[in-house]
Amino acid sequence: MSILIDENTRVIVQGITGDKATFHASEMIAYGTRVVGGVTPGKGGQRHLDRPVFDTVKDAVKATGATASLAFIPPPFAGDALMEAADAGLDLVCIITDGIPAQDMMTVKRYLMRYPRERRTTLVGPNCAGIISPGRAMLGIMPGHIYRRGSVGVVSRSGTLGYEAAAQLADLGLGISTSVGIGGDPINGSSFRDHLQRFESDPDTSVVIMIGEIGGSQEAEAAAWVHANMTKPVIGYVAGLTAPKGRRMGHAGAIISAAGDSAAEKSELMRSYGLHVAPSAAELGATVARVLGV
Amino acid sequence: MNIHEYQAKELLAGFGVAVPKGGVAYSAENASYVAAELGGDHWAVKAQIHAGGRGKAGGVRLCRTNEEVASVAGALLGKPLVTAQTGPAGQVVHRIYVEKAEPFQRELYLGIVLDRKIERIRVVASSAGGMEVEEIAASRPESLLQIQVEPAVGLQQFQARELAFGLGLNARQVASAVRTIMGAYRAMRDLDATMVEINPLVVTQDDRVVALDAKMSFDDNALFRRPHVADMRDPAEEDPRESEAHELGLNFVGLTGDIGCIINGAGLAMATMDMIKYAGGEPANFLDVGGGASAERVAAAFRLVLADPNVRAILVNIFAGINRCDWVAEGVVQAARGLRVPLVVRLAGTNVEAGRRILQESGLPIITATTLAEAAQQAVAAAKVRA
Repeated sequence: MSILIDENTRVIVQGITGDKATFHASEMIAYGTRVVGGVTPGKGGQRHLDRPVFDTVKDAVKATGATASLAFIPPPFAGDALMEAADAGLDLVCIITDGIPAQDMMTVKRYLMRYPRERRTTLVGPNCAGIISPGRAMLGIMPGHIYRRGSVGVVSRSGTLGYEAAAQLADLGLGISTSVGIGGDPINGSSFRDHLQRFESDPDTSVVIMIGEIGGSQEAEAAAWVHANMTKPVIGYVAGLTAPKGRRMGHAGAIISAAGDSAAEKSELMRSYGLHVAPSAAELGATVARVLGV
Repeated sequence: MNIHEYQAKELLAGFGVAVPKGGVAYSAENASYVAAELGGDHWAVKAQIHAGGRGKAGGVRLCRTNEEVASVAGALLGKPLVTAQTGPAGQVVHRIYVEKAEPFQRELYLGIVLDRKIERIRVVASSAGGMEVEEIAASRPESLLQIQVEPAVGLQQFQARELAFGLGLNARQVASAVRTIMGAYRAMRDLDATMVEINPLVVTQDDRVVALDAKMSFDDNALFRRPHVADMRDPAEEDPRESEAHELGLNFVGLTGDIGCIINGAGLAMATMDMIKYAGGEPANFLDVGGGASAERVAAAFRLVLADPNVRAILVNIFAGINRCDWVAEGVVQAARGLRVPLVVRLAGTNVEAGRRILQESGLPIITATTLAEAAQQAVAAAKVRA
């Protein structure tokens, strides 16, 4: 098992005929992901990467039985593509795109709420590296070869810090059940808490590492949830201890704006809720190993 | 992106928010001319910088004669104004806004923000206008009225009415306040703002509700569809290196340490800066080269970092996902020829072996590291040697 995706997940790529999408879709196929088609409005009926292309997500779902999508859509059209995917009934949509207007994401999040919980699409991203269940499937842009299969669940706001965790774990002989990048935007599709919940009920995950950043209250909420609900150990880390107050640090989400969302405050909160806080980004793997007693 | 008060007022006026008559000036003479054009016998002369706290810092002055307008404007222009929000160096004043001043009976607060926690627009109002919202929250929390806007339908009239009556306004004032609140909300939504703040929002002697000050911030990601807002960018208000980085599509924030950082990914960049501090050093900057770190981007990143005379060592940390280490290495080798400071490079991820080989075969004195911890320690050590 793993969370969100495995070798049986049928995946379509929205925007598949674009250059970047073509490159990453090929990588995903090479990794073993079951990519069953793609969507590019106006190119329905063509074939790309030896897969059928459809005009609409609904057509693609009907013809291929896809349940998940990876969206490579430019920012101005991304919100629309996400709502289309939700309306077509996909279980999971992962969006890599960086630079989507915040009000568009606000509309998308509101749109998802029109479906009852059991039929509601899970949105991962935007501005993220995607999802990988090592050895099974990859829905994203990460270097798949650095991931080992194992029992550590990873959920990270930052893509490259997720890679860092994977590499450190692999060096220690540890592997990953699933790694999810939730993205660095102020409004994102799903939160730390959403995925911690999935890891808690995944039999193949024995420990989880959550990698946060300055800004926002998601890490704090997740830590409180862990304290109240989680039986598996959780390792926490928050980047940005040296970030000056009030400055935006790349990710739109990475800004210290209010009391309680600095890295120091979040780390302290994690500690008080019983999480194992990694002392630095160089000790993500070592902290997991220590908690696992290996 | 932030804009000046006079620009925010111009935008808000287009959505039906009442603002005092005013004009922008670039010299003392110009300011006195604007005052004469406006007429009357009371003017507010206001320094235009992208920072709050201008009033307390002497950047807003009430004048009674044309000569006074000219002398106040002359005293403000071309000099830094230091407010609670500018930092100790202050912000140089290049523009003055001259407004017709009129007496008012009450000062209110109106703020509209995109609240990431509730993922909605939140409208905040208070009868305790004139002080910062943080101060209101601390000293008069009971005066804060809040409304969440349902994204599917937008702000409704009844919500604006509830706020207006909640502020203790009378029937005549309420009509004017509702127009202001609805207008400010529409400006927020239609212009992709992330914040609209009117503080103070005043009630005049004749019961009109007028925006005496205005601040607006915009979503950088949405500027592509708001070209007239994008045109209001004032490069004089930005760190020149940050503006240059912006042009190059790099994310840069200047800091005060001596280790220049070139890293891919905001999270890894912040974590690397933390590691530098942990190893006893200080980062000179935050720089995220982003996903497609081509040779040109790497070269541009080096130029930006080296423009800072405090830099004593450079640390490049690239974990290639979309990138390929060999491409990055080629960019590093090109940029590193004739470098005046030691260079530490840590590459990991896609094509790492090829990347390391390129660095090695270049014959350049590049210090290579394999782990994050090693990279930070070596950069700190290299900077110390140079100090």
